[in-house]
Amino acid sequence: MSTIAVESVERIYSGRHAAVAGIDLDVAHAELLVLVGPSGCGKSTLLRLIAGLDAPTAGRILLDSIDVTNMPPQQRDLAMVFQTYALYPHMTVRENLAYSLRVRRFDRAAIDARVRTAADALDLAMLLDRRPSQLSGGQRQRVALGRALVREPKAFLLDEPLSNLDPSLRTQARAEILRLQRRLEATMIYVTHDQEEALTLGHRVAVMREGRLEQLATPMELYERPANTFVARFIGSPAMNLLPAAALGIPAAPDTMAGIRPHDAVIGEDGVRATVDVLEPRGHDTVVHVRLECAGSPEFVITVTEKAPPSGALVRVSWRPDRVHLFGADGRRSG
Amino acid sequence: MSRTLAAILIALLLGPIAWMLAASVLPENQIFSGAPVQGLLHASFEHYRALFDERGFLLPIRNSLIVAGLTTIIALPCATLCAYALARLPMRGKGVFLALLLAVSMFPQISVVAPLFLVLRATGLIDTYPGLVLPYVTFTMPLAVWLLTGFFRQLPRDLEDAAMVDGASRLRVIRDVVLPVAAPGLASTAILMFLYCWNEFLFALSFTFGPEHQTVPVAIALFRGRYQIAWGEVLAGAAVATLPVVIVVLAFQRRIVAGLTSGAMKG
Repeated sequence: MSTIAVESVERIYSGRHAAVAGIDLDVAHAELLVLVGPSGCGKSTLLRLIAGLDAPTAGRILLDSIDVTNMPPQQRDLAMVFQTYALYPHMTVRENLAYSLRVRRFDRAAIDARVRTAADALDLAMLLDRRPSQLSGGQRQRVALGRALVREPKAFLLDEPLSNLDPSLRTQARAEILRLQRRLEATMIYVTHDQEEALTLGHRVAVMREGRLEQLATPMELYERPANTFVARFIGSPAMNLLPAAALGIPAAPDTMAGIRPHDAVIGEDGVRATVDVLEPRGHDTVVHVRLECAGSPEFVITVTEKAPPSGALVRVSWRPDRVHLFGADGRRSG
Repeated sequence: MSRTLAAILIALLLGPIAWMLAASVLPENQIFSGAPVQGLLHASFEHYRALFDERGFLLPIRNSLIVAGLTTIIALPCATLCAYALARLPMRGKGVFLALLLAVSMFPQISVVAPLFLVLRATGLIDTYPGLVLPYVTFTMPLAVWLLTGFFRQLPRDLEDAAMVDGASRLRVIRDVVLPVAAPGLASTAILMFLYCWNEFLFALSFTFGPEHQTVPVAIALFRGRYQIAWGEVLAGAAVATLPVVIVVLAFQRRIVAGLTSGAMKG
């Protein structure tokens, strides 16, 4: 397995729209790096640039310290899993798995052996003679993964591989990918728009917005110390409350925004007065939306594990002062 | 309401064909008698026998098959590569090129008959198979390229990307992935090209001199003798010329419709 480096890579489309506007990234050997961001943030474009399916307008891409910026995708020896799976519809599962090996002129015995290994690893042995149209969504997803696996490539690029699966299957498939990544010590770049998926999968997570890198850090660090208001709101569910510090009575420089995660706030005897608005029970806890009694009566969200107060109740909301994130007027973390 | 309209439309379209089929089995003196139903009691395949025995109608059929077949075999691969490039490869002035292509296929044929005749005579290709195949290729290509470009554009791009990441060269991607997936579109395009050549009249009339290379439409048109027209045989010939078209279209009906409308094929 190998390392990938992206150096000030830029991709500007003809309409002067910068899909990727200068990104620096390093992926270590056996690391699983997740690219996450809202749709249109350039994460898929960046992945296609690394795969060689698109060419950057500036910057370099290094694979094992070798400049591959101008190398066609065929020679990069990377495997990619597509959101649509992109299984060859006219080939059986066996042919789908074997295709890349056939193109590389492996001999028959080697192809058979590798296809069998991949099929066993992904529980596809019974499906080898079926066509993609005869498979369920989960099975198709596994074939797409298997097609990348047989290659034993330098690195894996996964473009939202689980977004077309049912939620129940998704957790299972996620665990499968994690197991494979550990076992093969694979270098992986994983693109998703789902922040929860990013936090659970990534060794490190790169949060992107409008073609730029907002923060690159471990999941814990992203959650505990978001670098700016965008990351603060994007990571974590329900999203962090973000209000003017002055409105909450938190001492800070003017125009400072204060961020408080829903589970860092409590409903109790003292604190800011509020009225309970809506309740969203989630089983293990309840998401309580309240209106604070201060200028503009802003909405504030609190997760409560005990019994939640009824809608319309007058309550008081408080939080641990050491759990307050402060952001300056420019949106950057200030404390 | 719409059913009634459909029925009327079908009657209008099929009426002449029914008349053609009926008249082709009527004795010559019954065709214009005004009582075709009674005439049908005397129905016979005499005209068809005469068509093949006396007129040697097998020869124009053979000519038509050769000319239409060769045109399709030559033009389809060329059109396929051209259309793929237009659909997928980065290229300047694609839109202009496609517009010109469409413009070319809209040219009134009669406007190029004279210049083409001179070219073919100068190159010694008048009254030969290539003398028909070459103009047909140039006239069917634009339409085929236009159809196939639209068709290729609708194919999921991920499939080709996946094959390239898998290590296949561009041409190999076309061979292994694009062509099999695009098979319905290619088939319907091939059929349309073949039918164009099968039905074409003006070039076939202008660029052939004798029965040796005449195609079916020309042969039928020249049935009219100096003093009378053998309507029975003309209509029998027309029926024979129509039959393969009808069979092909019915056999591939679904594919043609799918090819002309959607073009996409779901895995």
